[in-house]
Amino acid sequence: MVEKKKVAEHGLEGQVMTTRLGSFIDFLKGKGNELAGWARASSLWPYTFGTACCGIELMGYMASFTDAARFGAEVVRFSPRQADCMIVAGTITDKQAPILRKIYDQMLEPKYVISMGVCASSGGFYRAYHVVQGIDELIPVDVYVPGCPPNPEGLVYALMQLQKKIMSEKVDYNTRGRLMERLREVDEKEKDLGE
Amino acid sequence: MTDQENITVQKLRENFPEEILDVGGRPNDVAVTVRRDRIPDICRFLRDDPDLSYKYFIDICGVDYMEMEKTPRFAVIYNLLSFEKGHRIRLKVLLEESDPAVDSVIEIWKGADWFEREAFDMFGIQFRNHPFLRRILTHHQFVGHPLRKDYEHGRRQLCTEVWDLEFD
Repeated sequence: MVEKKKVAEHGLEGQVMTTRLGSFIDFLKGKGNELAGWARASSLWPYTFGTACCGIELMGYMASFTDAARFGAEVVRFSPRQADCMIVAGTITDKQAPILRKIYDQMLEPKYVISMGVCASSGGFYRAYHVVQGIDELIPVDVYVPGCPPNPEGLVYALMQLQKKIMSEKVDYNTRGRLMERLREVDEKEKDLGE
Repeated sequence: MTDQENITVQKLRENFPEEILDVGGRPNDVAVTVRRDRIPDICRFLRDDPDLSYKYFIDICGVDYMEMEKTPRFAVIYNLLSFEKGHRIRLKVLLEESDPAVDSVIEIWKGADWFEREAFDMFGIQFRNHPFLRRILTHHQFVGHPLRKDYEHGRRQLCTEVWDLEFD
């Protein structure tokens, strides 16, 4: 049996436990947050939003050399409903902006965004009439990756940072309550617009 | 100039003597400025004449000469290539600011479709008889033509709603 202290120090990473049921339940009660965070962080399903050359580096990041599968983030879903980590890889034009917002809204919570490359992060060298100057104008971003384009290793580092962030988050189990709150907000907004 | 390029200009001079305003450019890169009224006839002749056969339509460029202070403000430049004979030509049409319109060549080269829409989008040049002259690069809520020199540098116009896709 692994001592509780040891698990608490190291988290659950790489640990194989054999324990009595009672002490395991005690452990879950104390460490539910970490457990859920660890589960979320280790099974990110990315949704790729590749619009430019960053998309090519994104393929390299998925492929064998850097291999995102090692981090549990290899199951690329091309439907936002099945994904929880959006990787925006490339230039977002003003024409593309409402589409990005719509797809982000379609993703289920908890959802995270990695902004890959300078175009997505700040507009990059497109300081012009047609490009969004950073996708944080539209959606909240968790991790920015600089580079034009960043190499796959950079994106792996961003993924590790995101995992750290997820594991340190406090898990909110009241998803239904939050959903109802959100719907109420939308209703009020529509009322305001109607008036 | 080589003989072949001379042939293009010669043939144009023979068949459209009143249309040609100017011949310029360099030996491998001849530019012919023509009047705008008979552009489809000239293009059809360039494509169909067996000695010329400009069957490959490369590009349409729009030009705004505002900052150079030339009198016709706009120009449309047709870049053509002949695979068979291996020569190129640029046809240039000058357009007044008050009426920047020219006949579409979409019936002669199908590929002209999107290039004409692009020139319309960026410079506001009208292509008569184009079946679907609508913005192609900027979004549907965009006002003005961004590559005109009097368009304020870097002024963005936000797009707030998704435009549904349409297929033929």
